[in-house]
Amino acid sequence: MLEARHLEAKLASLYKAGKIVGGVYLGKGQEALSASLGACLEWGRDIFAPLIRDQGGRTAFGEPILDCTRTYLGSAAGPMRGRDGNIHRGRPTEGLLAMISHLGTSVSVVSGMLLARRLQGTLDGVVGATSIGDGGTSTGSFHEGLNAAAVERLPLVVAVANNQFAYSTPTDRQFACADLLDRAAGYGVEGREVDGTDFLECVRTMAGAVQRARQGGGPQMVVARLLRLSGHGEHDDASYVPEDVRAGRFGRDCMEVAHQQMIESGYADEAEIAGWRSEIVDRVQEALATATREHGPNPWDERWEARATNLLTVVD
Amino acid sequence: MSMTYVDAIREAQDHLLRDDPRVFLYGQDISHFGGAFKATKGLSEAYPGRVLDSPISEDAMIGMAVGAAIEGMRPIVEMQFADFSSVGFNQIVNQAGTHFYRTGVPVPITVRLPSGGTPGSGPFHSQSMEAIYSHYPGVVVVTPATVSDAYHMLIQSVSVDDPVIYCEHKFLYRWLKSPGINGDGLPLGAARITRPGKHATIVTYSAMVHEAVRAADRLQQESGWEIEVVDLRTVKPLDMDTVLASVARTGRLLALGEAFPWGGVTAEVVSRVSDEGFHLLDAPPKRFNSRDTPVPYHPDLWAAHRPTPETICLAMKELLSY
Repeated sequence: MLEARHLEAKLASLYKAGKIVGGVYLGKGQEALSASLGACLEWGRDIFAPLIRDQGGRTAFGEPILDCTRTYLGSAAGPMRGRDGNIHRGRPTEGLLAMISHLGTSVSVVSGMLLARRLQGTLDGVVGATSIGDGGTSTGSFHEGLNAAAVERLPLVVAVANNQFAYSTPTDRQFACADLLDRAAGYGVEGREVDGTDFLECVRTMAGAVQRARQGGGPQMVVARLLRLSGHGEHDDASYVPEDVRAGRFGRDCMEVAHQQMIESGYADEAEIAGWRSEIVDRVQEALATATREHGPNPWDERWEARATNLLTVVD
Repeated sequence: MSMTYVDAIREAQDHLLRDDPRVFLYGQDISHFGGAFKATKGLSEAYPGRVLDSPISEDAMIGMAVGAAIEGMRPIVEMQFADFSSVGFNQIVNQAGTHFYRTGVPVPITVRLPSGGTPGSGPFHSQSMEAIYSHYPGVVVVTPATVSDAYHMLIQSVSVDDPVIYCEHKFLYRWLKSPGINGDGLPLGAARITRPGKHATIVTYSAMVHEAVRAADRLQQESGWEIEVVDLRTVKPLDMDTVLASVARTGRLLALGEAFPWGGVTAEVVSRVSDEGFHLLDAPPKRFNSRDTPVPYHPDLWAAHRPTPETICLAMKELLSY
């Protein structure tokens, strides 16, 4: 969480300085939810399809920090080699999917990965997870995917960040059901609600959902109430968020809540947290410096080929 | 023993399931029911747990297949009709089609599209979708026209590391028969000269290959014209070497297809021949497609909506008289 918040603050600064081409999308205010999910998953065993506001989850899952800085800064050494940018990155063969922009589509892709493991006999104890927002739950893809996962009773965990705005659209223009949890019930999926600003509650709720999925309980959905504490992207000042919403219950910063909870529960003291921060500052600085030094892709060296196969060699 | 086009598709899937543990089938009504066209009949019993019924969710069907392919499987998705693949369009072109370029990880899925018109099928069970998918990078689109190609090209499609849209023509399912499977060993991506000739070339694919051959036979009997018919077999990528070599021999081109006339495969063929082989042409290249309306229900309207041997002959006479 700390690393995600600091890293994204740096990315926002670089964007404002004109050093990042394209968008910068922050998970500010959603770190508790996202990191809780990522922390419950095991790199090398589980599957994670993060979405736009999941730096916390990516870091907690184990994505190397250089993947982030290289992709944002357009380094040819990054996993996307300049072919895609920002949050559109991943390591699919290592269980970290590279999102496309069409919301809801990851639900079925993660499900297909789980189905494959079932067919291969390697599903035991594996969990696949993906994230989505309140707006993304309106897509056909989301509904089709969740339904198909439920039919197959796959160990899927869907974390829904109800951050109250899909870009600028408030939830009363997004859905008419009383609660997004109703959607889970509609597909025979177990749903739980959580205050997404409450770090410890997020950890407990997400750990429960992941454990139920791991133990064969079928798809799980966790709906977190929270507020996005930034614009949709750094180009957006979020002036459409009313003051009373910002000042309300879900407008509080999960990072501050987490800090307080760590101290109060005795998990860490101020000195330890300060030590973590200082390590993170160095790590982020180094990752940004490395990516900045590296070359971008060379269009003359680019293999302009979207297919993996040379067809004329395919005979049976 | 005679084998139909749809039998060949079933046999190919049987072969694939038998020989390759990575292969599984996913689609609506394909398990015990055997599929709307019986292309998977008996396979769920022969290969338990590997022929899976899906919900009516084309988007999720493709998404599931993409995920499974990333994990090393070779899924074959059956769309009940090509027309319904429009619901899975996004996952095909944006998820599957971009994946290898973006990540370096290939997505070897095969999507079977029961395509094209049959009498009485109407606007939503008759469409030809090959041009739509061919427009996008990262996707291979094949359109077998013979029983043997239906078999071999399905097996080849599954062996390809890329997403393959396999357009199987419903009109050929039971109408087209062959004494058995044979093959000339052509790879995916290679066109075939189905009927040699020297006066003009018809470049076509899928069921229209048979209509073109009928028209060519008629023109030969009536007037002695020798028409060459090129079966593209694969429409993405196009085998321009074979097409240009044929046009070099004949000097005249008709690009023929059953799909809607705006854009599409025939437009691509004419455009490329005009660009790369303008000096080979003795007459302006022609295109002939279906009409620019939804595919009609009534058999009489349907027959007049698509090119027929009669209307192909008319188009050819215009081309030959230039």
